[in-house]
Amino acid sequence: MADSIVSLRHVDKWYGDNHVVKDLNLEIMEGEFLTLLGPSGCGKTTTLRMIAGFEDASGGIIEVQGERVEEKEPYQRDVNTVFQNYSLFPHMTVFDNVAYGPTIRKVPKAKIKEDVTRMLALVQMSGYERRKPDALSGGQKQRVAIARALINNPRVLLLDEPLGALDLKLRKQMQIELKRLQRKLGITFVYVTHDQEEAMTMSDRIAVMKDGVILQVDAPLDIYDRPNCRFVADFIGESNILDGTVISVDDGLLTVETPDGILTSRGEGFQAGEKICVSIRPEYLSVSRQPAEGFTLRAVIRDFINMGTVIKTNLDLPSGQEIRFSRFELDPDLREGDELYLCWDPAKSVPIHLDPEEVSP
Amino acid sequence: MSTPRRKRNPLPAIAQAGPVSLWMILFVTLPMLFIIYISFMTRGTFGGVEYTPTLEAYKTMMDATYFAVILKSLQVAVVTTLVCLLLGYPFAYFIARKPPETASRLIMLLMIPLWTNSLMRLNAWMLLFQTNGPVNKFLLSAGLIHSPITFIYTDGLVLLGLITNFLPFAVLPMYSSIEKLQTAMLEASADLGAKPSVTFRKVTLPLTFPGIFSAIILTFIPALGTYTITDMLGGGKVLYIGNIIKNQFGTIRNWPLGAALSVLLLVITALLIFLYSRFARIEDMEVL
Repeated sequence: MADSIVSLRHVDKWYGDNHVVKDLNLEIMEGEFLTLLGPSGCGKTTTLRMIAGFEDASGGIIEVQGERVEEKEPYQRDVNTVFQNYSLFPHMTVFDNVAYGPTIRKVPKAKIKEDVTRMLALVQMSGYERRKPDALSGGQKQRVAIARALINNPRVLLLDEPLGALDLKLRKQMQIELKRLQRKLGITFVYVTHDQEEAMTMSDRIAVMKDGVILQVDAPLDIYDRPNCRFVADFIGESNILDGTVISVDDGLLTVETPDGILTSRGEGFQAGEKICVSIRPEYLSVSRQPAEGFTLRAVIRDFINMGTVIKTNLDLPSGQEIRFSRFELDPDLREGDELYLCWDPAKSVPIHLDPEEVSP
Repeated sequence: MSTPRRKRNPLPAIAQAGPVSLWMILFVTLPMLFIIYISFMTRGTFGGVEYTPTLEAYKTMMDATYFAVILKSLQVAVVTTLVCLLLGYPFAYFIARKPPETASRLIMLLMIPLWTNSLMRLNAWMLLFQTNGPVNKFLLSAGLIHSPITFIYTDGLVLLGLITNFLPFAVLPMYSSIEKLQTAMLEASADLGAKPSVTFRKVTLPLTFPGIFSAIILTFIPALGTYTITDMLGGGKVLYIGNIIKNQFGTIRNWPLGAALSVLLLVITALLIFLYSRFARIEDMEVL
């Protein structure tokens, strides 16, 4: 296991009476691509800004490379930031923007020129040295902003929704480029986004945040396959979430009664009588004309949505809840209005304990 | 990003600009041209203008007496402008970094004196600084001086009057520039290792330069041409360009000389605006 390069311990942030980051603990490893993912207002950007030094932590410890930085000003910290709106200096050329950091550190002119040239080549912006930021497209500005940060050889690069303003196609392309750049340079990236797909594509680990709390930190696939709470199951990817009560536990195999029927799931640490929810991904869900063992859920096909690569089928449970399953190819026998039985491999579904406040009487 | 192509307008350009141009020609260009024209004419024996071309007015203007006045006026205008910038910039910065409601309240406080009649304001200064006025009384009772200081009709009081009068004109365009400066720019600079002083020099100052230059134009030009402030607080004892122009058109009735001095002010103004247009695009200009 690599060493931790940024460590946040019991970090709090208050804006007046507003507790935006709550007792946050996170170890960011050397050389990893870690994403802070969450809906807007979850405290992810505030957390990033506390690492950069733009916001003071109201409490707790922040360490970068084993050194406490809470009292340090942004210009004293060895991290660099790529901002959401690029924040290039409009009165300077691309060259001067990228040269800004080394110029302030009084690096010799010849070395600066060499470094800027190398950095612009790295982000594929050679030949744009004399341009002003106004004459660049959004994607080009972001490349320059990345070069301007990387020229300072930071051990940690902080990225605050850097691709948020780009159109979808360019964003996808830049995601891959950024990931490759990070691998090539071996720098730790701390990346903030609200786009779960982006987080899945790029990250080594994802920290899912909600209301100032980190709910789960794991590799993308682990988060996808083993969400530890209802919010994560719902936020990452698409999920069918069914509420019910455990009626029997047999060696990890749970029989759960929901308002729409019985289902089976697999998981440890559950007791009969406990109210839980079960998450099942659309691609793991199956339908059949006959009920399968351990399942009595029935649903009616409402419609089909062709997404290009997959076809999504929406079904209605008797309670009115909508269920989705997706397949690469559609069974030609299925028609809208057909009544079908739902089932799945119990090991592919995830039983989830409910938070105390989620348990309704 | 490319600018969208302008839709073809059915009216020709001249017709679109017509009303504004007409207004400008009638009320700005023609009077200005007339002033320039008069400045090259002969002074009438009993006042007025005789339309015989001559450079007499300009020759008179270059006389040592007048030249000294011009130099002094320039000097006072420069000092006024500098003080207004030095006092105004931190103040503008302070306002611009306040939340919008507080900022507009502070701007309001700044504007209130401007809505007061300038003669009243000047009279107030006179009363305050009279030989047995409140300022002298205070200084005497505080034991700081032993005999009253003569403030009125001195260069010092004129300067004070000029500065207090033009300070709002300096603050407003600078405020507008500083307010537009995104904090993200300052954060980016700090992030790249710049101390606050370096950030100020390399980012804040260049990016708020349009406001500073507007402030210079809005203070320097009126400060150079003013005559009410210098007339009242200087009591006519100290002469400035503005007073001379006023006198030439008024009591002395040497219109060509008055016109020539006006042309000089015009040239200085044009020069400043030309300089500005070299430094900044005209659309960036902070005009109130």
